[in-house]
Amino acid sequence: MDLELMLTSLPKLLYASLVTLKLLASSLIVGLILAVFFSIMRISKNKFLFYFSYIFSNLFRGTPLLVQIFIIYYGFGQIEYLRSTIFWVIFKEPFGCAMLALSLNTAAYTSEILRSAFETIKIGYIEAGQSLGLSKGTIFFKIKVPIAIHQSLSAYGNEIILLMKGTALASTVTLMDITGVAKNIISTSFKPIEVFIVAGSIYLCLTFLIQYFIKIAENKFKINV
Amino acid sequence: MEYLYFGAKGWGDELFFAVLMTIAVSIAAMAIGILFSFIFTPLKLSKFFFLRLIANSYTTFVRGIPELLIIYLFFFGGSASLMFVAKLFGYNGYIEINAFITGAFAIGIISGAYSTEVFRGAVQSLDKGQFEASKVLGLKKPVYFFKIILPQILRLAIPNLNNVWQITLKDTSLISVTGLVEIMRQSYIAAGSTRDPLFFYSLAAVLYLVLTIVSLKFFNKIEKKYKVGY
Repeated sequence: MDLELMLTSLPKLLYASLVTLKLLASSLIVGLILAVFFSIMRISKNKFLFYFSYIFSNLFRGTPLLVQIFIIYYGFGQIEYLRSTIFWVIFKEPFGCAMLALSLNTAAYTSEILRSAFETIKIGYIEAGQSLGLSKGTIFFKIKVPIAIHQSLSAYGNEIILLMKGTALASTVTLMDITGVAKNIISTSFKPIEVFIVAGSIYLCLTFLIQYFIKIAENKFKINV
Repeated sequence: MEYLYFGAKGWGDELFFAVLMTIAVSIAAMAIGILFSFIFTPLKLSKFFFLRLIANSYTTFVRGIPELLIIYLFFFGGSASLMFVAKLFGYNGYIEINAFITGAFAIGIISGAYSTEVFRGAVQSLDKGQFEASKVLGLKKPVYFFKIILPQILRLAIPNLNNVWQITLKDTSLISVTGLVEIMRQSYIAAGSTRDPLFFYSLAAVLYLVLTIVSLKFFNKIEKKYKVGY
């Protein structure tokens, strides 16, 4: 065990975790917004909207995240037209590409979680709202949304952890997140186990933190169903 | 389209073998994972705190650390630790572990953590009466396990093992960083030499999609078979 290496690499890895957190937070927010839209499309009666969301979700859930990142980072750079549009701001930077891929990927999974949460709401609750004479908007925001949040929180917590682990793949497109820095230290020091212990511990701390926040949120949205 | 020609001109045959490699390494990893889950599931359900602690640390660590980092550990650390052991026995040469074995093992350990959770859930959701009834009937342990418990566990576990398989299959794309020529690595090579990454990575996506869809159909068939009587 090379304790000195572990101690010197800790600050480097902690600093790199800022990149991981930035990537996680931004793709979490974008992904959640997209997921809400896609899940509403999935439960809509419009055939076009339904299939659009259905194909999107299965496309992104059926292929590895690494492929998605590579298509966006290496593949889209090839399209000349894209370089002249405003979207090039996203595609020219590895951070933008990784964020886009992670957002779309998590949106696909989250939309499935939200869809199943909406679909499993017992019809009785909605009927109860209707017979009380509540408007459609009130039923949606005061009955459907709280129940759906309650039902999807623990699954969404797992999804956040999966996304956090997914951010490690951003290191394959030259982004210096925890895994990227860890790989660099390993390849210069040839001490994989020590570096792995430090980097792995940081990731585990993040995992536990996410689990802790989800627990708090679950208590907050506790409803007696 | 000439990219896809077989032979020296195109990448058809290379990609074909890459698909076979992905399938082979996925199956190997899944098998290793299930083997691991056979060891860790009983530990997880054990009466002894220490055994439970071992199994719980395994599943928590593996599921909380990125797959890529675990693969780097095995890739860089695998031969180093093997050489260390060999040195104790007086062998000072360089040992390189096959990329296939390293990859299958690394992904297998990850897959095993998920399979363990699946089997634990299946055992725990079995009706207690099933265990008690077999004891009351005085069945021998093997009969009791293979004829009563195992079929029911399989029925409950197969839909979730399907998910584990999909995760495992997709995780094998990460082994490409170790140089094993599977779909992702072959696409990387082809994209580099033709300078057409969009085509080859999109093709890789299609190949993975075909693999996941085909295996989904296959699992649905097995699921039906084990659902007999329900």
